[in-house]
Amino acid sequence: MYKSQVNLSKGGPVVAQSVTEAAVGGTSRLAARGVTVGYGGRVVIDELDVAIPPGVITTIIGPNGCGKSTLLKTLSRLLKPAKGAVVLDGEDIGRLRTRDVAKKLGLLPQAPVAPEGLTVADLVARGRHPHQSWLRQWSSDDAEVVERALAMTGVSDLADRPVDALSGGQRQRVWISMTLAQGTDLLLLDEPTTYLDLAHAVDVLDLVDDLHESGCTVVMVLHDLNLATRYSDNLVVMREGSVLAQGHPRDVITAELLDEAFGLKARVIDDPVGDRPLIVPIGRTHVLPGHLPAVEP
Amino acid sequence: MNVTEVKPSLPPGVRLGRVSFVWRPWLLSVTLLLAAATFLVFCVSIAVGDFPVGLPQVIATILGRGEQVDRFIIMDLRMPRALAGLVVGVALGVSGAITQSIARNPLASPDVLGITSGASAVAVFLVTVSGGTAAAIVDSVGLSAAALAGGLGTGLLVYFLAWRRGVDGFRLILIGISVSALMEAITTWLLVTADIRDVARAQAWLVGSLEDRSWGEVWTALWCGLVLLFVVSCVAFQFRPMHFGDEVAAGLGVRYTRVRAVLLLCAVLLAGVAVSAAGPVPFVALVAPQVAMRLARCPTPPMVASGLVGALLLIGSDLVARTALPVSLPVGVVTAAIGGPFLVYLLVRANLR
Repeated sequence: MYKSQVNLSKGGPVVAQSVTEAAVGGTSRLAARGVTVGYGGRVVIDELDVAIPPGVITTIIGPNGCGKSTLLKTLSRLLKPAKGAVVLDGEDIGRLRTRDVAKKLGLLPQAPVAPEGLTVADLVARGRHPHQSWLRQWSSDDAEVVERALAMTGVSDLADRPVDALSGGQRQRVWISMTLAQGTDLLLLDEPTTYLDLAHAVDVLDLVDDLHESGCTVVMVLHDLNLATRYSDNLVVMREGSVLAQGHPRDVITAELLDEAFGLKARVIDDPVGDRPLIVPIGRTHVLPGHLPAVEP
Repeated sequence: MNVTEVKPSLPPGVRLGRVSFVWRPWLLSVTLLLAAATFLVFCVSIAVGDFPVGLPQVIATILGRGEQVDRFIIMDLRMPRALAGLVVGVALGVSGAITQSIARNPLASPDVLGITSGASAVAVFLVTVSGGTAAAIVDSVGLSAAALAGGLGTGLLVYFLAWRRGVDGFRLILIGISVSALMEAITTWLLVTADIRDVARAQAWLVGSLEDRSWGEVWTALWCGLVLLFVVSCVAFQFRPMHFGDEVAAGLGVRYTRVRAVLLLCAVLLAGVAVSAAGPVPFVALVAPQVAMRLARCPTPPMVASGLVGALLLIGSDLVARTALPVSLPVGVVTAAIGGPFLVYLLVRANLR
């Protein structure tokens, strides 16, 4: 089933038409300025500042309940901050029309569900919604963009299949395809590898990297630290609602930081197959004598 | 499996100048067939009666021609009943399609969400409690309008009780079932303690019926229904991404709380229009969207087809109730008897495939 997917490198990633010149110049396109977000009185994010650099993959990591998803939802305008603002292309996102935000920023929530029996083509076509109106429901532009989105994510030959009949990895590709069809060059993905085994997770992240190569700015939340380290150019490490560290994985990932952020004892070594650090957690079981965490005097 | 480059089979589009939409021939033909069938059953239901009138005469009279005698029988005697059936059926079908789509659950229907039971409780209360206030209310606004208010009140109560940072389908249904059970308990209690003559009157109202409709009642229902359907058709486009849940919809630029509030209000009002015109007709709102979905092969309830199936089911049931059975039964009894087995048949057929 894994082989049935179209080889992406064969067709080559079709460059997203929407790559804008706004991405150049080093200024961030999306930034949170002093945002405080909470649910019913409980503050989850407190006075947080973060800027998303353009043209790279930014991954938000942190322990469970630290506010990763909340930050992503705030950046995508799903949650309204009690204080502070999210700035998209120089404008307060809270003041923009929902539809205008949807034309600039694509969002994939965690584990979305499609109605039973809906075909892949119909699901991906729905991504054109922000560009459509009551009268103009399916223009020739729409058809072109959807075709390209299907091809880019390697699900063209699944177009007729019902979404619920696909495997988890294929389904996630289809959802990413829908977000792509939205035609934005800013993608926010909330745990795109949830419920996927490691092989499918790597497959989906390779796809995310293809999108980045084609000019998209990607912000995602990931649980797996080694995958986050391998696939991102910029890590945002969170703890208890604030940003602990931000930067390139090579600069950010250290044994000290992992201990501080996650309370995780780990060794950080050179990745034998990659140019990024590799995190080797030190548990208590089957650890060689010399590598047990040093007991502090 | 061979890895091949396939041109994706996208739904073809129709473009007429600035207007464009997806070309879905199956959905279109099913909808047109349903419309034709509804018109046919509508005409047959007018033609059949104590003085049978030929189908051609019925159609001619509806189109504004026809003879004076036919005109009297058709327009004055039988049209209100048939038209009431049409309006109530469409209203219930569309109302069911909306509630099932919003709750993303086929169990959700105006029956489950307390609208019908609330209207019944208020109607039975007004009929059985012979106090000065109750009589005054019935005299001033009429039993139907008071029942409508009861249904709307209960529907809104369920909506607000289910509200917790948005509306969750299961929560809506659970609260709807609870409130419905409460309303039904009140109805039963009122019936048990009431005078036997009042009970008979209340029972007549409790089983939905299309009998003795006046033109006045039908016009009111028709206009209210048309206005509501217009609002629904305007908002329906914005509703389409909401089948994927609130977050995906928001990501696609839909202000989902507003769209959902407008549509749910329309659904409650449509169900209210139906209840005030025909009393509580069970099962149409539940079964019509599901039947329409399976006939049209859509993953979600199609609005227009649902309304047409609702009308077909209601007028057809009324026709059967009047003619095929030895005793004349109220339409509500027959809708459940026909609609239930038909839905089961569709489900079983899907399982066998």
